[in-house]
Order: sequence, then structure tokens, then C-alpha cells
Amino acid sequence: MLEIKNLHASVEDKEILKGIDLKVNAGEVHAIMGPNGSGKSTLAEVIAGQEEFEVGEGTILLDGEDLEELSPEERAHKGVFLSFQYPVEIPGVSVTNFMKTAINESRKAQGLEEMPANEMLKKIREKSELLEIDRKFLSRSLNEGFSGGEKKRNEIFQMAMLEPKLAILDETDSGLDIDALRIVANGVNKLRSKDNAIIVITHYQRLLDYIVPDFVHVLYNGKIVKSGTKELALELEEKGYDWLKQEAAV
Amino acid sequence: MAYTEEELKKELETKEYEYGFYTDIESDTLPKGLNEEIVIAISKKKEEPDWMTEWRLEAFRAWQEMEEPEWANVTYKKPDFQGISYYSAPNKKPKYDSLDEVDPELLDTFKKLGISIDEQKKLAGVAVDIVMDSVSVATTFKKTLAEKGIIFCSISEAIKEHPELVKKYIGTVVPKKDNFYAALNSAVFSDGSFCYIPKGVRCPMELSTYFRINQAGTGQFERTLVVADEGSYVSYLEGCTAPSRDENQLHAAVVELIALDNAEIKYSTVQNWFPGDKEGKGGVFNFVTKRGLCEKNAKISWTQVETGSAVTWKYPSCVLKGDNSIGEFYSIAVTNNFQQADTGTKMIHLGKNTKSTIISKGISAGQSQNSYRGLVQVSSRAENARNFSQCDSLLMGNRCGAHTFPYIEVKNKSAQIEHEATTSKIGEDQIFYCNQRGIDTEKAIALIVNGFSKEVLNKLPMEFAVEAQKLLEISLEGSVG
Ligand SMILES: Nc1ncnc2c1ncn2[C@@H]1O[C@H](COP(=O)(O)OP(=O)(O)OP(=O)(O)O)[C@@H](O)[C@H]1O
Ligand SMILES: [Mg+2]
Repeated sequence: MLEIKNLHASVEDKEILKGIDLKVNAGEVHAIMGPNGSGKSTLAEVIAGQEEFEVGEGTILLDGEDLEELSPEERAHKGVFLSFQYPVEIPGVSVTNFMKTAINESRKAQGLEEMPANEMLKKIREKSELLEIDRKFLSRSLNEGFSGGEKKRNEIFQMAMLEPKLAILDETDSGLDIDALRIVANGVNKLRSKDNAIIVITHYQRLLDYIVPDFVHVLYNGKIVKSGTKELALELEEKGYDWLKQEAAV
Repeated sequence: MAYTEEELKKELETKEYEYGFYTDIESDTLPKGLNEEIVIAISKKKEEPDWMTEWRLEAFRAWQEMEEPEWANVTYKKPDFQGISYYSAPNKKPKYDSLDEVDPELLDTFKKLGISIDEQKKLAGVAVDIVMDSVSVATTFKKTLAEKGIIFCSISEAIKEHPELVKKYIGTVVPKKDNFYAALNSAVFSDGSFCYIPKGVRCPMELSTYFRINQAGTGQFERTLVVADEGSYVSYLEGCTAPSRDENQLHAAVVELIALDNAEIKYSTVQNWFPGDKEGKGGVFNFVTKRGLCEKNAKISWTQVETGSAVTWKYPSCVLKGDNSIGEFYSIAVTNNFQQADTGTKMIHLGKNTKSTIISKGISAGQSQNSYRGLVQVSSRAENARNFSQCDSLLMGNRCGAHTFPYIEVKNKSAQIEHEATTSKIGEDQIFYCNQRGIDTEKAIALIVNGFSKEVLNKLPMEFAVEAQKLLEISLEGSVG
């Protein structure tokens, strides 16, 4: 589904991604780990089309289609979803209104009619139940005054609403309390299917206990320096990154 | 309803004034320039009584002595007042039998404006029959209003049919010598609307759709007078979202509202005059004097959405004369490209326990300048006056400006005045967030702007609010990227 080849990206002449190769098939869950500042969020945003980053060499293919020329919204319409590490606030725009707009814009791009109101309501009800979100919450301004955990839960609510093909979850676990983590992870698991794929970026094994990955990759200094199965995450938890850094330096 | 959602959409899709167009139609026009003869001629043409002619002349004489104000935070080439024609009535409308007979150029204009066929007929003066929706609605409106004793007609008609009311109230809130533009308007006003709600009557409908039809063709010096008698209520909608191109560069309207004891007036405006092209050429100058007078326990709310004009200079105000009276001002002002707006309000607290609220939302894009200028004045006998003001500015890009000038003059120690101001920018990160959810940049801006303006949009009557939202959207088109 997603195929990244030799991807380089930089900002203000500073190279952050230095040749990434990654292949994610439908139905798979990949975890990306790695020390702070190694380029995980950058990778996620480059996939989503953040224009702040200059993509040099390399390609990103989604179902065989090169994403290079596509705007962020076009990528979204093709089913790319990013749960942000730091979701931004949009004052005065309710979560419901935001979702309604997002869904209808995607439908419009696909030549579909707007989603009928009753269908929309039904969906909102269903997904808010899935993530145990109080419906009152949905009439609040998007992310404004939300606690850290609420923001993250809300990101996954949006994922549930939009039903993406490829979801990238950037440190969704940070800020979530233990119960919330379980709820959100269960929500994500319910959204898993053989047709979609998920990339989870995380620092902690804890999340991977719930969302069990098929593959784990370690990103260090703009490169994937190690890939393995879920056992790799356990090893990292135990040993930290130093041994990999040393390996990478060799 | 003159406007279905569908029609509205179509209308807005045309985004006509991006292209600019004008009509060239014969009209009954007085020679250019302004002097006493012209003032008298205007009054004559309108078949006005002598007291009205005299009133206009007094205004004219006062105006001659006055200087054009300089203090607004706007710059523009001053209009040449002797280069304007002060009376230009559309040709005595012969009743055409069908649209085919109407001047094709005029029809073209209507089409560009996206005006429905029915309304085109009405505006062009084509004989109308009962089947036509908008017109029969208007007729029904008129009937309903008449049953309640509500008078709603053009000011010219009112001067003839209800001289005692007009004479009693005109110029009582905005004296003819109030300011340069008000004096000019008083001397030469071409037409406008008059509305009277009798004691204890609640006007059963928003005076809107009818107004739209009624208003078409009123000129550059409009005069509006709304009188709500004791204990009555009216919600009044002015203007429409249809972008209107006008060859008249200068607009100087006067609006007077009078809310007698226990009465309430809600006055909502959507103004979308031609703002000029991308270089800022050819836009309308809008210098308006709007003021309301509240007697005891009365309430006046001004709500406005300003997106048009090259230069706007406008301060809807409330004189809170009666004890316990309430004044409110809710405003959204959008400026883009080279537009300049200097708007705000004055709340004059004279009575005891008077209360005022000011919510102003300024949105600037392009190289525009958007100023809020507000005055809260509490007189010495206004015990326990309260005011809350909130002025928020939203900037798009680095070349525009937002300015806030709150003036507060308090002469009574018991007054409570609160002022809050914020300035924010639409962030790249907000736009990317929306983009990532499949919302393109233009739509994202509209969403963010609507969110920013929500408190004011919520004050508009429902159908107007929908139109206003779309209007904000098209006004800011192309302002980013
Ligand atoms: N807009 C930018 N301008 C300058 N440097 C940037 C910019 N965005 C990212 N960087 C730098 O790129 C590097 C990678 O950042 P990134 O956010 O991708 O790291 P990360 O792996 O997600 O880290 P964390 O685990 O802390 O979230 C960092 O050194 C960061 O400072
Ligand atoms: Mg990160």
C-alpha cells in the first residue's frame, strides 16, 4: 500500500530524513520508534504532504501512485490520515462542524453528495461511543482548552470518522492516562482491517501491548537503522538506543 | 423567500464583482454639482412639502460651513462634491410586458449578479402578476403588516403619507448638522425606508425580503428612519449579500432608530459593495451615520457584517437616554486587498443602569487596513452604567493591519467598564491541520474565519447568517497562497 524509497527531506537546508525505505502492506501495523529528534514526526508529515519540508530525492507511493505532486488535502482524500503529535486549536469551530466539513470535502472530491444529516449523526454517535467520548464534548471548539489526553482521543475519534486507508499515529499514547490508553487502543484495533494499514509512532512498549505491530522500525538520525518484529520493541525497552547508535556509527 | 439555498449558491458562484461591470442606462439626471437650486430641485422632483424643502436647505447651508473629517484611520482621494450628480432616478419605469422589452444591458447586469428571473422582472419594472413568488410574498407581507398597523414604506412615500411622523422624528437622533456626511445626506437624500411599529406591537416578521425588493434602486444618499413605539419590537435587515456594483463612488447614508419606552429594535446589516479591484481601484466609499436612541427600558442591537467597499467609515451608535436601556453592537468587518475600514460604535450612557455590549471582530487580509474605533461615554448622571467591550482581530498574512482605538470617557464613578482585545493570526499549522483532514486551504480559511466570527454570526437572523457565512468565504477568496 505504502512504499517509500530512498526518501530525503530537509528544512532550511538542514537534512532531516536521509534516505528512508519503508514498505507497508494492507492489513499491517508498523511501529516506528527512535530517539527524540530522529525525524519520526517529520516522516509522518512528509507523507501527509507538509510543504514546509523540501523533499529531495526519493519517492512515496500510495497504491503505486506517486504522491509527490499531490496536495495534503488530495492525499487525505486518498485515505491518508495523520493523528498529530501536537493537534492545533481552531477556536469557534466545533468538533462536529469540523468533521462534517472534512467528510463532505472528501466526498465532494470523490464526486459524492454531501452525507445526509441523519447518517452523519448516526456515525458521530457510533464513533463517539467507540471512543467513549461524551457527546457534549463534540460541540466544543476543536482542541481549544482540551487536555493533552482529550486532544489525542479526539484525533482517534477523527480517524474513526474518516476511516482512512493509511493512518499514521504520531505519539498518540503520550498524554493518555492508563484507562484512556486502553480505550483509544481498543478503538484503533476495531478500525483495523485487512484493507487498511496503520503506522504507530511511539516511544513506549506500553502502547504496543495493545496495538500489536507486525513490524517495528527504529529511526535514528533520519534513517531506519533497524527493523524487526514486535520483539525489537521489547529489546529497545530493555536496552535503550545506545547499542543501535553505536551500530549505526560503525 | 426570495432566496432558496440553491439560488444563493448560484449567486455566490458568480462572484461577479471579480470581473467588474457597469450599466449604461439613460436616467433622469440633474446636472452635476451642488447648490441651493439643486437641493430645491431634488425636493421638487420628489414632490415634497415645503417644510421638507426648508429642512433640506438648512442642512445644505450647514454642510457648506463644514469640513470633511480627517481623523478616520483611512486614506483616500477625496470625492469632488461638485463633480457628482445628486439626483438620478431610474427612468420613469414604463411597465414592460415582458423581460424581452427590457434594456438588455440592465438584464445582463442582473444576470451577472445572479438575480432570479422574478426579481429581475420586479427590479426592471416589468408588469408583475400574482403568480410570481417573491412579489406575492411581498404583497402578503404588506397585508400582514398593515393589519398590525405597521407602516413600512419608502421615506419619500412616508413624507407624503405620514408627514406628522416623519416631521416628528427625522433628524432627532442624527441632527442634520451632526457631521459632514450626515449634513450632506440631509440636504440631498434620494430615498430610503421608513418604518413605524405602533405601541405594543411585535412585528411578526423580519423586515427583510420585502426590504430587498423595496430597496433596489435607492441611490447613494439613503435615509432610513425606524420608529418603534412604546413596548413594540422589530427586527430589521438591511442590505443583501448579492455583490452590488455601483457607479456611485460615494455613499453617505443616514440611519436613525428610535426605540421608545420598553421597545426593542434589532437592526442587522450585511454590506457588500464593490470593494475595488485587486489594485484597489474603483471601489465604493461608504460613509454612513447610524444612530439609535433608547428611551426607558428600551433596547437597540446593531449587528453588522461588512465585507464590501473600498473605504468604510461607519459607527452605529446608541444613545442610552432612558434609564435601564440597553445598547448592543456586534460587528464583523472583513477587509481584503486594498480595502480600508474604520468602523466601531459609540455607546453614550445618559440614563441610570444603562448597559452596553460591544463585540467587534475584524478580519484583515491582503494589504488592507482594518480599524476598530469605539467610544464608551458615561455621563455624570448615569449611575451604575455598565459596558463590556471585546475587540478581536484576525490577520492573514504580513501585509495587512489591524488597529484598535477604544476611547473611554467616564464621568460617573459607579460605572463598570471592561475592555478586552486580542489579535491572532491564521497559522500555517491550522491550515495544514485542516488540509490533512481533506479540507482545502480556501475552505479552511472560511472555517477558521467563521469560527472566529461565530459570536457575531450567531446574532444574525438564521437565513441572514447562512448568507453572511458564504459571503465571508467569497470575500476572502484568494487571500492566501
Ligand atoms: N520546521 C523545522 N525547522 C527546523 N528544524 C526542524 C523543523 N521541523 C523539524 N525540525 C528538526 O528536525 C529534527 C527531527 O524532528 P522531528 O520532529 O521529526 O523528530 P521526532 O523524531 O518526531 O522527535 P520526538 O520524538 O521528540 O517527537 C529535529 O532536530 C527538529 O528540531
Ligand atoms: Mg515527533
